[in-house]
Amino acid sequence: MTATQFGITQYNDKVVRQFALMTVVWGVVGMLVGVIIAAQLLLPELNFDLPWLTYSRLRPLHTNAVIFAFGGSAIFATSYYIVQRTCHTRLFSDRLAAFTFWGWQTIIVLAAISLPMGWTTGKEYAELEWPIDLLIAVVWVAYAIVFLGTLVKRKVQHIYVANWFFAAFIITVAVLHIVNSAEIPVTLTKSYSAYAGVVDAMVQWWYGHNAVGFFLTAAFLGMMYYFIPKQAGRPIYSYRLSIVHFWSLISIYMWAGPHHLHYTTLPDWAQTLGMVFSLMLLAPSWGGMINGIMTLSGAWHKLRTDPILKFLIVSLSFYGMSTFEGPMMSIKTVNALSHYTDWTIGHVHSGALGWVAMVSVGSLYMLIPRLYGRTEMWSTKLIDVHFWVFTIGIVLYVASMWIAGVTQGLMWRATNPDGTLTYTFVEALKATYPYYAVRLLGGTMVLGGMFIMVYNVAKTVGAGKAADVAIPAPAHA
Amino acid sequence: MSNGVSLFIALAAILNTIAAVGLLVWMRKRRGEESSTEDTTGHVWDGDLREYNNPLPRWWLWLFVLTVVFAVAYVILYPGLGKNPGALGWTQQRQWDQLQADQERRAEAVLAVYRNRSSEDLAHDPQALAIGRNLFANNCAACHGSDGRGARGFPNLTDRDWLYGGTAEAIETTITQGRMGVMAPWGEVLGAGGVDDVTAYVMSLSGRKAPRGDVAAGRTHYATYCIACHGPDAKGNQDVGAPNLTDNIWLHGGTPDRVRETIAQGRQGNMPAHGERLGALRVKLLAAYVQSLGELRVASRQP
Repeated sequence: MTATQFGITQYNDKVVRQFALMTVVWGVVGMLVGVIIAAQLLLPELNFDLPWLTYSRLRPLHTNAVIFAFGGSAIFATSYYIVQRTCHTRLFSDRLAAFTFWGWQTIIVLAAISLPMGWTTGKEYAELEWPIDLLIAVVWVAYAIVFLGTLVKRKVQHIYVANWFFAAFIITVAVLHIVNSAEIPVTLTKSYSAYAGVVDAMVQWWYGHNAVGFFLTAAFLGMMYYFIPKQAGRPIYSYRLSIVHFWSLISIYMWAGPHHLHYTTLPDWAQTLGMVFSLMLLAPSWGGMINGIMTLSGAWHKLRTDPILKFLIVSLSFYGMSTFEGPMMSIKTVNALSHYTDWTIGHVHSGALGWVAMVSVGSLYMLIPRLYGRTEMWSTKLIDVHFWVFTIGIVLYVASMWIAGVTQGLMWRATNPDGTLTYTFVEALKATYPYYAVRLLGGTMVLGGMFIMVYNVAKTVGAGKAADVAIPAPAHA
Repeated sequence: MSNGVSLFIALAAILNTIAAVGLLVWMRKRRGEESSTEDTTGHVWDGDLREYNNPLPRWWLWLFVLTVVFAVAYVILYPGLGKNPGALGWTQQRQWDQLQADQERRAEAVLAVYRNRSSEDLAHDPQALAIGRNLFANNCAACHGSDGRGARGFPNLTDRDWLYGGTAEAIETTITQGRMGVMAPWGEVLGAGGVDDVTAYVMSLSGRKAPRGDVAAGRTHYATYCIACHGPDAKGNQDVGAPNLTDNIWLHGGTPDRVRETIAQGRQGNMPAHGERLGALRVKLLAAYVQSLGELRVASRQP
């Protein structure tokens, strides 16, 4: 029996430690698969003619690993940490929390087996087959009970803003997952969607874009709202800004999905609403960025010496950039150029690497030493190295995909006076090749940064000891 | 779309927008209530987590309002609120038809001069051939290769070997109507040994040797099963698209294994019809280009 099992006077940090370490592990795995498929686009021979190593099977493995294994574990770790600290209470249930850890890891392992085997629903970011979908639903409900239960038994009256975002994210993802995964099983590894035709496409992208909006945005805004003021030692810039941008963000995101289906058989009205609501999403998204960055006013000098703050602030800069880019790309005339090109890939990685990965990595660098009874990581210098390798890698990745995407878009639409297309598909592909090489370089740097992190984390954990922290009495100011 | 659904969509969109703007205005009004922007809300979490209550940045507020104004104007002009078609009467189908028609009109201006000339004639006109090359790159290169040399199962168009004939008329027919080439599988009829024998015979017609199989026995089988399509002289039959077997050109590969596979399992070739898609004028320009490829007389022999 460990001390944590009978101390309701202590936080449950065991599950936080587990998720935090697995975040680093899955980060390396997910990004490694990303580097492999980036190399395959340059050298298709790298699939070695083995079906389970083909791009088509590794690509969903990459996206699932970085979003749900890396991003998911980071969210579990930080939300469990934050909800306890800001509610001044221990998690609602240790057993259920442990279940969410082992359940989520089981799902990840099942994904890592089933996707290379080619068992897939074919729905982007929802590829896992129905038995795994069921397990996800069960684990997610357990997560909701642990998180919301902890909120209910909080010892402070006001709910901290980070928890609004986590709560909205947990509830919405449950709805998204259950609705989009409605399917009719045929065998253990094969099912058919409950929806048909354009309805299926619309449900898929209602899910897909809200997965971005809630899984990859709301949850990480929750992370940001705790770790930036903590690390900067400054109060949040504006409470009322957080109210306005929270409610407008979560309500307006719901409409944005159709911009993935511009100029398809989706009815015009749905495309229009998808576009205008995506545009109205710009200010609510920037609200979060402003609140985070302005929190630093009066403490800007800390950026010179604190690489963790650099991670957090640069992540917000990427967040602001991609949430400007997103609404622009949802405008139909822009979308007519950008859609189906690598511009989209660049946009996604500006968000996924620049925002999601950077805010997670920054938060982990602050979180992990505290979980092991230390105040700092083993090496601050290595955090700084990680920051620069990561940032330059991401910039190379995003910039190369922008150029590649615009090149493809322009080449695909160019026509001759006789009405024919100027370029064949393979000519546009050939023009993309140099940018694929730059992207591979950028991706490799990002992965290299993760290896630096693994070393630093191993040293920190090795030098520290799992710490159980007593719950302080809430302040009555 | 029923009226109820239409109303629901419109109301949901409008109410969501009004709620967002309402919240914005409400929060803006509370500006100035605090004496100092450095005052926190008074809430404290986790020892030192506090929050200021600074007013909404004005530029941000106006940015939000601007996007809402744009959105409102856009749904007035374009279809968006349920069944409401929008003031401009725009639909994507109409825009597509318009673009298509514009494109077609511009192309027509370029192509019209070739309407009354034959494809044999056009095969010697560099400008017509340039257009033909564009058409080929857009419509044919995916299978026949951008240089027209084909691939396994897809005929090389630069040699002198024509499955359905290399005259202008035949090529135009092929492009317009497409072709379905079928070779029946003979594996069960001939048995493994019989297939080897026929393979040896067929390869001997091009002066080549197969590793096993009896040429004489193969000739006997040929006369029974193959002669109907490929002919007594094995030079094929362009009426049914049966390939010439004496020219050492192999549509599906000329290694002994590939020939054996062809005989045992049969083959299917499918050239899709392009007449409706391209129209007669473009087919003629394409046919001219394909003829010019044949005239290059590139000796490209697949092993």
